[in-house]
Amino acid sequence: MLGPEPGSTPPALLRNFCIIAHIDHGKSTLADRMLQHTGVVDERAMRAQYLDRMDIERERGITIKSQAVRMPFAKSTGDDAGTVYVLNMIDTPGHVDFTYEVSRSLEACEGAILLVDAAQGIEAQTLANLYLALDADLHIIPVLNKIDLPGAQPEKYAEEIAGILGGDPDDVLRVSAKTGEGVENLLNVIVDQVPPPEGDADAPARALIFDSVYDTYRGVVTYVRVVDGSLSHRDRIKMMSTGAVHEMLEVGVISPEPLKESRLRVGEVGYLITGVKEVRQSRVGDTVTSAGKPAAEPLGGYQHPNPMVFSGLYPIDGDDYPTLRDALEKLQLNDAALQFEPESSGALGFGFRIGFLGLLHLEIVRERLEREFNLDLISTAPNVVYRVEMEDGSEVVVTNPSEYPTGGKIAKVYEPIVDATVLAPSEYIGAIMELCQMRRGKLQGMDYLSEDRVEIRYTLPMGEIMFDFFDQLKSRTKGYASLNYEPSGEQPADLVKVDILLQGEIVDAFSAIVHRDSAYSYGVALAGKLKELIPRQQFEVPIQAAIGARIIARETIRAMRKDVLAKCYGGDISRKRKLLEKQKEGKKRMKMVGRVEVPQEAFIAALSTSEPKSS
Amino acid sequence: MTAEGATAREWGRSFGLYLHVPFCDVRCGYCDFNTYTSDELGEGATRAQYADSALAEIALAREAVGQRRVDTVFVGGGTPTQLASSELVRMLRGIEDAFGFAPDVEVTTEANPDSVTPASLAELRDGGFTRISFGMQSAVPHVLAMLDRTHDPAGVPQAVRWAREAGFDQVSVDLIYGTPTESVDDWRRTVEDALAMEPDHISAYALIVEQGTAFARKVNRGQVTMPDDDETADKYVLADDLFAQAGLQWYELSNWARDDAARCRHNLGYWYSGDWWGIGPGAHSHVAGERWWNVKHPAAYAQRVSAGASPRMDGERLDDASRRLEDVMLRIRLREGIERSALAGDPEPLIAQGLLEPRGDRVVLTLDGRLLADHVVRELT
Repeated sequence: MLGPEPGSTPPALLRNFCIIAHIDHGKSTLADRMLQHTGVVDERAMRAQYLDRMDIERERGITIKSQAVRMPFAKSTGDDAGTVYVLNMIDTPGHVDFTYEVSRSLEACEGAILLVDAAQGIEAQTLANLYLALDADLHIIPVLNKIDLPGAQPEKYAEEIAGILGGDPDDVLRVSAKTGEGVENLLNVIVDQVPPPEGDADAPARALIFDSVYDTYRGVVTYVRVVDGSLSHRDRIKMMSTGAVHEMLEVGVISPEPLKESRLRVGEVGYLITGVKEVRQSRVGDTVTSAGKPAAEPLGGYQHPNPMVFSGLYPIDGDDYPTLRDALEKLQLNDAALQFEPESSGALGFGFRIGFLGLLHLEIVRERLEREFNLDLISTAPNVVYRVEMEDGSEVVVTNPSEYPTGGKIAKVYEPIVDATVLAPSEYIGAIMELCQMRRGKLQGMDYLSEDRVEIRYTLPMGEIMFDFFDQLKSRTKGYASLNYEPSGEQPADLVKVDILLQGEIVDAFSAIVHRDSAYSYGVALAGKLKELIPRQQFEVPIQAAIGARIIARETIRAMRKDVLAKCYGGDISRKRKLLEKQKEGKKRMKMVGRVEVPQEAFIAALSTSEPKSS
Repeated sequence: MTAEGATAREWGRSFGLYLHVPFCDVRCGYCDFNTYTSDELGEGATRAQYADSALAEIALAREAVGQRRVDTVFVGGGTPTQLASSELVRMLRGIEDAFGFAPDVEVTTEANPDSVTPASLAELRDGGFTRISFGMQSAVPHVLAMLDRTHDPAGVPQAVRWAREAGFDQVSVDLIYGTPTESVDDWRRTVEDALAMEPDHISAYALIVEQGTAFARKVNRGQVTMPDDDETADKYVLADDLFAQAGLQWYELSNWARDDAARCRHNLGYWYSGDWWGIGPGAHSHVAGERWWNVKHPAAYAQRVSAGASPRMDGERLDDASRRLEDVMLRIRLREGIERSALAGDPEPLIAQGLLEPRGDRVVLTLDGRLLADHVVRELT
């Protein structure tokens, strides 16, 4: 089917929408079904979950980067049956770390499908994204998916959604993305309900960047929604946040492969290529205008992405340091939020301190480094950013615990906090509150979504959710709880730096900033854990936890007395020699902390995100 | 060149024959040796047929090695005394006929205290065996039970007495320490009981958990707990002290002897990298810079040698680096120690730590150093 010509589609025939859904609630399957139904992708060319491109995304079932697909659709119901519309489906990232990217994707739309698993109900992150969509004045179409599942409870969850949106449960559509049931109806509803874009066709061009992707062959591909005017492939364009001017090499739409066009007009969604090589030069949220006839004001809402979580990444083999640097530079081409700078650790050698949007972002980057660049890495425990006010009025921003100012001149320390929302069956309220309380949370409110599901709101120190908070939440609620959080400023806190000393020497990689009340249990737990992890040496090794010069916990690794194979006769010799060769090889992988040999495994285990349990 | 250096070279030229007897009455839970109970054997590999298979390999060995006098013979297992003495003697004759013996040949057999009689011991002695080593392991019934050893501890002094009466000048006992449930006092009793028999030689081994054994499975499942290394170290120090008081000096990490003549020369051949040929299924050999080992199952072994084929399963030729590593690894275990010139690493820090002591141009393990010998080897190579 030939739809209206890209570049000249009247806004009245355009519908720009996105899908808001939780991981596993079937967004990608629904997107696939729409692509198929509109004939954009045929059965044979259908790669399962077409929109999720990267392996990691596919394995984790999440979408990191959004894309936009143009689908011509012939209306099959109502007075306008037979009219061919253009539906632009804009894919949104689904995780808490990418809230800002989600909000920019939403800004590019007039409508949103709220997709909820009919067997599970709405999840906390979906609810958070729904609120973002409502803030952006999007028209919401609530849809229950997976109605073919035996465990589906469409009545219950329709009521829940209606309760949240303030509508009628009967207005909640029901589909099975898997079987295709209800999908055509949904397409018709999108045309009927989602408003067409409004914009000034004759004004100077303004287009919102909602995604920016590095492509090995083409450089940066920038996805835009044209809000006013139009962008032609002959234009020189200007990024309004920086004033940088670029030659336009190509404009086009995705359907689902890139189709080169002469221009993108008001209300349309498509891509542009300018020849820039790094996504940092084409940032999400920025406004693109024509360099020749620039707009006076950019579109609102642009933010520079600020890393919230820092971690040191070190190659296990020191020789891999240049490889790690190259790999980070390559990842940065495609990840404007990734920040890094070299640092060195007495214990771990040379590495990088890396800033991430959040824990998932950290995990994804680390996994890509290990998988795509074949690197073995140690990462230090993730930490948040602390702001320290000194008595002399100066200020120190701490992104690495070992740089925490020492001495008595600290006036005040501020820690970042988040507003967290937990959705869970009401039977787990007690367990959830206990956990949040333990993590220094302040209850902000609680609402029932339905008879047996609640929304619990807490303010929590961000540092307190770095260590296995989500795992704990899941295990305390048998997996039913969902969590969303967003940064909400900072608060003064009574924090201290706990150092770990081996034989009297501070091991910088183990320093942590913790609340004064939990410093003791943290020190005892980590010292105990290290005692188990560090093998006995030829001499006694004291392990101490200290706040400044004050020792708060102590363990001792006794000197090793026996390291000998009792029997060594004819048949043992080859085997024993090979064992010794292996042991000597293993010795090379030891890190020396003073005279103490610490196996890499001890660092990895001690720094793993599972929290040391205080006994 | 010191006298000890000359000894090392001399030992390095010795030629030993190891004869493996792969039979046991009961499989002990801790043992990972290549041995089989009667139920586990197939066609062509019965006890009665074993000597013929061994003699066939002896003939192959003679062909490969050529004319070379045998300095030492060691019959181990398994339980050699599961075979009739006449069969053990028949194999020994086969070795002597093929190679010839040095005038002072040492011929040792291992023996289970409850599978010997005065008559069987006399037959061995008369047949040319000069040395016997009894598997005593422990004097304490609950420790023996943990090791699956079935002999009555009271039978050991009796077996030693019979061996003396049969004319054995060299009698050794094997002990194991560090068995789960063994107390320090249990071990002291074992050592004292062993010394009361006035053996010429004692081997004492810390129990090693060999993966793949029934015992290892018990440890892995947490059914038994291995004693703390510190306690096992204490037991070593205790034994070394009691042995010395009784006139037995260490000459290798796990071996003590009344005098130089009571040392096991066959085993010294291993530690000085002499040549030896191992006869029997799973036996290891080391001749002319090459190591190899035989197929393990007695039936497969019997089939090969009866067809005149080599029972060799696999092997390796040692490069210089491996040979140097082995040399340090083996010779550091001995009271003679090793010349500094043979070491790649600096011994001084280990001397300062009290793990090594200098003696002329050599270094020798101290008592603490013996307990940390593997660490010392890693530092010195």
